Order: sequence, then structure tokens, then C-alpha cells
Amino acid sequence: MQVFDSGNVAAATSVKLARVQVVAAYPITPQTPLTEKLSQYVDSQVMDAEYVAVESEHSAMAVCIGASSAGARAFTATSSHGLLYMAEQLHWTAGARLPMVMCVVNRAVGAPFSIWNDQQDSISQRDCGWIQLYASDHQEILDTVIKAYRLSERICIPVMVCYDGYYLSHTYMPYRVPEQSAVDAFLPPYTYRHTLGPEKPTSLNTVTLPGGRTDIHGNFAPGYMELRESLDSEMKKAVAIYSEIDAEYLDIAGRGGDPIVQCYLCDDAEYVAVALGSMGRQLHDVADGLREEGIKIGVLSLAMFRPFPADILRAQLSGRKALIVFEKAFSPGQSGALRSELQAALYGEASQPELFNYILGLGGRSYSSVDFRSSIIESIQRKPGETGRCEEIGWIGLGR
Amino acid sequence: MEAKKTRAVNLTEEELVYPGNRACAGCGLNILYRIGLKAIGRDAILVVPPSCLTVMQGLYPITSTQLSVLNVTFASTAAAASGVRAALRAQDNDHTKVVAWAGDGGTSDIGLQALSGAIERNEDFLYICYDNEAYMNTGVQRSGTTPRGAVTANTSIGGKRERSKDVASIIAAHSPAYVASCSAAYPLDFHDKIAKALGIKGLKYIHAHTPCPPGWQMEEKVAVSIARMAVSNGLYVLYEIEDGRMTLSEPSAKLLKKKSLPRVEEYLQAQGRFKELGSDDIAAIQSDIDSKWAAYRRDMAGAAA
Repeated sequence: MQVFDSGNVAAATSVKLARVQVVAAYPITPQTPLTEKLSQYVDSQVMDAEYVAVESEHSAMAVCIGASSAGARAFTATSSHGLLYMAEQLHWTAGARLPMVMCVVNRAVGAPFSIWNDQQDSISQRDCGWIQLYASDHQEILDTVIKAYRLSERICIPVMVCYDGYYLSHTYMPYRVPEQSAVDAFLPPYTYRHTLGPEKPTSLNTVTLPGGRTDIHGNFAPGYMELRESLDSEMKKAVAIYSEIDAEYLDIAGRGGDPIVQCYLCDDAEYVAVALGSMGRQLHDVADGLREEGIKIGVLSLAMFRPFPADILRAQLSGRKALIVFEKAFSPGQSGALRSELQAALYGEASQPELFNYILGLGGRSYSSVDFRSSIIESIQRKPGETGRCEEIGWIGLGR
Repeated sequence: MEAKKTRAVNLTEEELVYPGNRACAGCGLNILYRIGLKAIGRDAILVVPPSCLTVMQGLYPITSTQLSVLNVTFASTAAAASGVRAALRAQDNDHTKVVAWAGDGGTSDIGLQALSGAIERNEDFLYICYDNEAYMNTGVQRSGTTPRGAVTANTSIGGKRERSKDVASIIAAHSPAYVASCSAAYPLDFHDKIAKALGIKGLKYIHAHTPCPPGWQMEEKVAVSIARMAVSNGLYVLYEIEDGRMTLSEPSAKLLKKKSLPRVEEYLQAQGRFKELGSDDIAAIQSDIDSKWAAYRRDMAGAAA
């Protein structure tokens, strides 16, 4: 079925299709239309779930932690300060290895106070142990949430599905909605490997010593560090597992095939523009225009930021002349996080591209295709070796 | 409604807390945890934030309790318990009990917002606050319930200058299904109030006074008698609140008939933490107790039986 609606409604639709059992949410712009819609689904019994209207985002994640531990499929959504207010809970959820999906409707972080879009909120949480997926349009929001539940429940790591506030959350676009029966076949009912309950008493998240020790039966029980290492090694498997899951989704929905990176005009490209989220779509038009001028440019939209798909990026980007990395978040005193990580991934490659980093759109500052075009031209006109310092940032639109 | 009376002789023999756990000698919490779990039974899930109880549970992979326990972040106890309850509802499980069990810091300070939200939503679980009147697990720092004048690690000079919060009254102002106060000196009263609370739908709150020998600077062997003294001198009151109506529980109710109560000095002087109190401070504490009981006598004289 094709519908024409907002990105937030696309997300709500996918949560309903995923048969989420517990929704907990606290209002924050631009997430609110998503969770309002879910409250309507629950109250009108379109969706058979518990809706817990909590008093804070910290508690929203606590409800999800309790629900997921006790055997229910849980969901929440937030933005900006809401995500940061959850920060310790994000680490807790990942450390507890709880399957869960959360939509992060990307928004700037204060101070000063800003309700508009950028991606500083989710990027600043890159080290909390959650998988981070970025959707670039309404259809991807819907499809990604459904696939994210499969991924999360398969490897017991929570997943953020991030999408740009307003650009995607509040605009209307057509998208296709799969049949409930097809989603049911794709996404089996939730089970958790350590479900809390009276049948098999379990103590979850107890105080754990630095070193491993044996239990009363003489079996080795891991210490804190073993558990952290397993979070890393198992998260790294998510690249391959998500690709498998996407292939299955392609069979039922007819969409997918490039779940980690989406490459546009990249085959013969000397230059590649790289971006997360909805910027990738806008860059397609820019690349079309530059190609008409004879500039061999492609676009790589990155849909997964954690785990960082370094192998795929090396394969795609080694040997290019230059990468122009556009970001709506940065680490003050350094550069954009994506740029630093791309450079780290390419370090030691025989043929390393030059890297140029542009920061744009912070706090909702508008940007246009002309801005992308002129930044790309500026980058490719610089002499080889003239730049590439990791801390260099080009600021788009300052002072206007 | 009068709570069912359990006696030591008809308490269930089955132990749900293992002996030899990490509680300090003389721990008031340990007494109530052992007896409380008998009232809760096996069909339950506990939710516990960082506190002495976390450590008492044991270090992975060893545990001192035979029930399922979800350890959660400090501020989130009541919200996490709401999530467990939501999951059980989603699975049509209406028999498993959910019990949140937190300390005074985790309740009166960092956990108060989540608890307030859970009561406002009338979540169906029992919340127990064990009140040892300071952050004992981190080394005895002042909390919202530390009494005025008490010396703690961060009120070491002159003692705490502020009054303690009356947490149970804050909770009662939300009109939850049930509120009660308990003491480690009266574990069977605690047992029966838990049993009664678990029979009521909605949010139930029990505030329990639990002596802490290292934190209160007293000998382990006097912990229970000190807790009893706090009740018999009228400082700590045992009561229940249902439908907005407060009734004194037996150990406190019988004080209504007394013309005068034992002076508070003996209680204060038995604890090293009150060593900074002067005679004026003690007189002020006594005056607070006297006016509280004057009000009880006026309001509840008819109800005392």
C-alpha cells in the first residue's frame, strides 16, 4: 500500500507493524508527532501495546529496560536533550545487551537553545554501545525500523534509527507500507535470552568484578572487561548480519540491497561526497549537475555509523582522488566525527584520498545544493597535499 | 482494614535470602530483606538501584537472593519497575508481583522524580524505601532523610544543618493506593504490611526505618533496640494511609494512651552521629516530637483502641 505522510508517521507505522508491546515516551520536538500517533494507535486498539507516558526521557529508557528485560518488545523515540538526558541509560541498555529500537529524530543541542535540526545529538552518543542507523528518506525510516528489530534481537544490542528532524520528520513524501502478514513472517515474536521472571530466577546487571571468577559450579564467569570486549566483537558482526537481514527484507518488501552504504555514480568517480542521513539525497542532484560539467563525482550515503563499516568504506573509497565529507555535527576542537573515522579507516591504505570536511546546517542553519556544489568545487581545485589536516573544517554558510 | 497478624511461630520457614551475604553485622536492611521476601514469595521480580542492597545481593556470579532481580540505574527504579509491569501486562501475566526496593538516597533524592511519575500513573507495584538516613553504601554522606544534627562524611563539622524530608508525606500527597511506615525493630509488622500491600492494585509505598551501625556510629548489638527506641519515644511513627486516612500501627498507637513519652535523649546519645548536638538542639527535637504527638492525640484519640 502506498501512502503520503510524514516521516514521523512512517516511523509510527513501522513500530505498529513490528508489533511493539511496550512504548514509553516523553514529548520533545520534533519527535512528538511520532509518539502522539503511537498513543492514538494504542488507545484506539489499532495496536495491542502498553503506552507508558513517563515523566522524563531517563524514565522512558528505564521503562524500556524493564520491559525488554521482562520479555516485551520495547520502543521509545526522542531528540536532542531527551537523548542526552538518557545518556547513562543508553550505556546501561547496551551493557545489559538488551534488544530494543529507538528513533532519534535528530535535533541540535543547547546552549543556546535550539529546536532545529542537526545531528549533534546522536553523534555525541556514538560511544554508548548502541548500533546507529541513519535513514535518508521516509521509506527508509519505515523499512529501517522493522529491520532494526530483527538485527537488535538477533545480536542483543540496542539500535538507534536516526533521521533528520523536520527535513524528514515533518515533511510529507509517498512511501510504501508492507502487509502486516509479510512483516510477521519477517519478524518473529520477541524472545530474550535472559528473560526476568519467577520461573528461572535471574539477577541481571549485578556488581561485576574487574576480573573473571568461577561460579559455585566451578564454571568461569566473565569479568567486566570480557563483557565489554564481547559488546565490541559482537557489534562488529552487525555489518554482515544486517546485510543478511536486509536481503531477506528485499524478498518480502522488494526494497533494499544496499543497507550499509548507498553509492550513487560512484563506479568511475574520482571524487566522492560522503554524508549521513537526508543530505545524501540532496547530494544526488548536486552530483548530477557536476557530472554535466565533466567532474567525475559520486555520492556515498552512509546508513550505518555504529558499527563503523570500515571494510566496506575502504573498498569503496580507497584510490579516489578526494573525499568531501559533509556533516551536521562535530567534535569541538577537532573535526566532524565521520571525517576522523573515515581517515582512520583509510590510514595505511596504499592509495589514500585527500579528505575535506565541511560542517553545515548546525542549529537548523539552511543549506542549499549551491553550497554543496561550491564546497566540492573548492575542494577539488586545491592542490594535492595542500590540505588534509585532520582538524581543518570548512564552515558552510557562516555569517549569512 | 486491619492487616493480618503474623507471629514468629507462623512465619513461613522457607528462606529466600541466603545466609552469609555481604550485609554488615547489625544491618537493619538485612533483617527486613529476609522477612520481607517471605511475605513477597517466589512469584515476584525485584527492581533494585545502586544501594547497600546491590552489594548485599552479592557480586556476579554469586547472589544472595533466590528471586529474579533487575539492577537498574540510580534514578530509574520506579520507572524500570513500571517497565517490568508493562511487560507482564503485555504478556497477560497478572500474578507476578513487582517490587522496587531502594534506599533513602535513591528514593528521597535522585529517584524522587521517577517515583512521583509512577505514582501519578498509578502503576501496579510495591515500592519499598529502606531508610538508614544517609548514603551508607558510598561511605555515609548526608541524604534528604538524614536528620538535622547528624554527623556524616560530608557534614562532619557541626552535623547536618537542615531538616530531613518527610518522604512518606510527599508520597501520600500523590494519593497512592497504600502508604505505610515500618521499622526494622518490627519485622513482622513489615511482613504483614507487605502482604497487605501486595493484595491492593496500584502503587503501594512502604517506608522502613533501618538502623545502620557503621553509619549511625553505634554497636551492632544495639541496632534493633535503637530502632525500637525511635518508635517508643515517638520520633519514628508506624502508620498506614489508605483512602487518605491515616491510622497508627500498634507499636505507635499504644503511645496515644500514654501521658508522656520517653525522652529522646537516650536515643540520640546512644549514637555517635549525634555527638555534635547541644542541649538546645535536643530540646528542639523533643519539642518537634511533642507537638507531633499532641496533634495525633487531638486527631486520633477516638481511633486509639
